[in-house]
Amino acid sequence: MGAEVVSPSKIDESLISEPYKYGFVTDIETETAPKGLSEETVRYISAKKNEPEWLLQKRLEAYRAWLAMTPPDWAKVSFPPIDYQDAHYYAAPKKKEGPKSLDEVDPELLKTYEKLGIPLREQEILAGVTPSVAVDAVFDSVSVATTYKKVLQEKGVIFCSLSEAIHDHPDLVKKYLGSVVPAHDNFYAALNAAVFTEGSFVYVPKGVRCPMELSTYFRINAANTGQFERTLIIADDGAYVSYLEGCTAPKRDEHQLHAAVVELVAHDRAEIKYATVQNWYPGDENGVGGIYNFVTKRGLCRGVASKISWTQVETGSAITWKYPSCVLQGDGSVGAFYSVAITNNCQQADTGTKMIHLGKNTRSTIISKGISAGRSQATYRGLVKIARTAHGARNKTQCDSLLIGDQCGAHTFPTIEQRDPTARVEHEATTSKVSEEQLFYCQQRGLSAEDAMALIVNGFCREVMQELPMEFAVEAQKLIGLSLEGSVG
Amino acid sequence: MLEIRDLQAGIEGKEILKGLSLSVPCGEVHAIMGPNGAGKSTLSYVLAGRPGYAVSQGSVTLDGKDLLALSPEERAAAGVFLAFQYPVEIAGVTNMNFLKTALNAVRRARGEGELDAMQMLKLLRGKAKDIGMSEDMLKRAVNVGFSGGEKKRNEVLQMAVLEPRLCVLDETDSGLDIDALRVVAEGVNALRSPDRSMLVITHYQRLLDYIKPDRVHVLAAGRIERSGGPELALELEEKGYGEVKKGRLA
Ligand SMILES: Nc1ncnc2c1ncn2[C@@H]1O[C@H](COP(=O)(O)OP(=O)(O)OP(=O)(O)O)[C@@H](O)[C@H]1O
Ligand SMILES: [Mg+2]
Repeated sequence: MGAEVVSPSKIDESLISEPYKYGFVTDIETETAPKGLSEETVRYISAKKNEPEWLLQKRLEAYRAWLAMTPPDWAKVSFPPIDYQDAHYYAAPKKKEGPKSLDEVDPELLKTYEKLGIPLREQEILAGVTPSVAVDAVFDSVSVATTYKKVLQEKGVIFCSLSEAIHDHPDLVKKYLGSVVPAHDNFYAALNAAVFTEGSFVYVPKGVRCPMELSTYFRINAANTGQFERTLIIADDGAYVSYLEGCTAPKRDEHQLHAAVVELVAHDRAEIKYATVQNWYPGDENGVGGIYNFVTKRGLCRGVASKISWTQVETGSAITWKYPSCVLQGDGSVGAFYSVAITNNCQQADTGTKMIHLGKNTRSTIISKGISAGRSQATYRGLVKIARTAHGARNKTQCDSLLIGDQCGAHTFPTIEQRDPTARVEHEATTSKVSEEQLFYCQQRGLSAEDAMALIVNGFCREVMQELPMEFAVEAQKLIGLSLEGSVG
Repeated sequence: MLEIRDLQAGIEGKEILKGLSLSVPCGEVHAIMGPNGAGKSTLSYVLAGRPGYAVSQGSVTLDGKDLLALSPEERAAAGVFLAFQYPVEIAGVTNMNFLKTALNAVRRARGEGELDAMQMLKLLRGKAKDIGMSEDMLKRAVNVGFSGGEKKRNEVLQMAVLEPRLCVLDETDSGLDIDALRVVAEGVNALRSPDRSMLVITHYQRLLDYIKPDRVHVLAAGRIERSGGPELALELEEKGYGEVKKGRLA
């Protein structure tokens, strides 16, 4: 044979010995709101952002509504009550003025994003070749940079931070903000409406196909800080946009709250594809630290034959509470939810979707893949609602759970409310285990146990992974492998 | 090349191999025959390092290297290939991706450098063609919905791609129709080479008409009961295991 034999598992050690490689902290001076939540805090944030009066009033309304609300208790997750007075609600890297161009962005921040693998420097645009992704980078409470704005502007596409949109496109923001997820929707949405600090704004005008993937990258850096971003995407008649959201946070021993709101509006024949690769710090193997990811995402298919799809790969967070939904109002509109949720160690995920069929001949597809390892708990919770008006509506739901080891749990809670007899709703659910036989088969062909597990799990998730934009599919596959670290053997 | 000495091994506390010794020199093909439940598959699993199989005594070396000290993937990298009696299904993973991942893993481990997507595609297409497998099969999930014969053919394809040093074929002929048997046997014969050894487990002389073994061994009750040339297989076919065993004792 001659050649020296090296264990393939050794080669990957560098990757595997560092399961959460985004756990570093950027050393940068930050300006932080005093701890605690009050009307004062809300006013402080609004003033910091130099907001118009109408928005401050909206925030205060939301804050008062929130005071009267209680956190939802129906999810299959458990954690000690959160002390909302013990966190900061605003943190921003110190700077003189908002950066006008990339050259003005703090080099320390540019380095951070480089380390995270997020391209913040625009590549030179060659004749006729459009770059494939534009990025808006949000660091703690502020947007630090948005790339390729010019190229997008030529097409009439607005892609900027929400704060900028509030100043530059107030009519659009006023018209749509809170129109899909109103402040009183739920406890976390109300909290967000009161103290949201940043997010992305997208508007694609009539008949325009957005020429590149749009992407927002959220990073929590400061300690004891909640992140409350708010994203608003509008696709006007016949428009098309594909959007990706990514997120990471440093390793910290305290839990940090992330309560975001995302609103999508699709007009006649418009299509919005929204993908998330969620990799917030999940906590350590004993459940110390990690992000509480309590998020409200909803899309409104307002126009006829409009389409909205949610694709999510959820690998991070200590606790995930998240149900990206579609309200299918326009006749013939189409909603989809494709989800991979992986939990390992002590993670808990309660995630799923709601498909609300209002219009005639509306269609929805749900594919949910839950993978649980370690001592984790993964729950799928779904609602398919067919209103009396939704003649000829169709839904197809497929829920698959995969268990790794015997200390984890997978649960499925599908709810169907059908008011129209002509609608057709199909639901299928399976639960399986990664078999010792499959692992051995792969190992016999030369794969390490970890690589074998990653391959099998990626295979299990295939239908969902193929919905991700090409640019991110490979990353997401690697992420699945990394988040299963320690689950074999 | 392969040296098995006084191997005792079992599973779940049950001893199945009871002092088995066997040596397969470089370049030779040895057939192993024996009644159901004799321990043939157990031997193949012990050689490949399947978890759960415990070795209580004896040694196994490949080119002098102690196989028993290696993990299953290290054995694969060292050149051990097992064509499974019951190939395993992996949903959602295409045959193409599986072969690519496996080949690059062993190439890395052997210090040979990975192949890029184009090189890989060319290689896999060529090998599939040799074994009479359509490109369509490369795009399907590993063994999912494959017929019994297609699964066996797929094992031989993997073997051809991974270019092992020691091939262990566990009843690769079972479930094949006459034509498939010939194609598969040709595939195996094409892999015969002076620096590759093969252990062919079978119940049927028919396979040995195509793959001419250098030696034939009878494995019964966890041991090699008898060894001989190709004519031993003919004798077995004629008389059955009971008679042959008696013949040895007489
Ligand atoms: N997990 C197990 N627990 C207990 N006994 C087992 C286990 N696996 C295999 N055996 C037993 O070990 C013995 C040898 O099995 P093995 O599969 O090696 O036989 P074989 O020679 O390959 O038979 P065949 O020709 O039918 O394929 C059988 O009696 C079988 O029942
Ligand atoms: Mg057998």
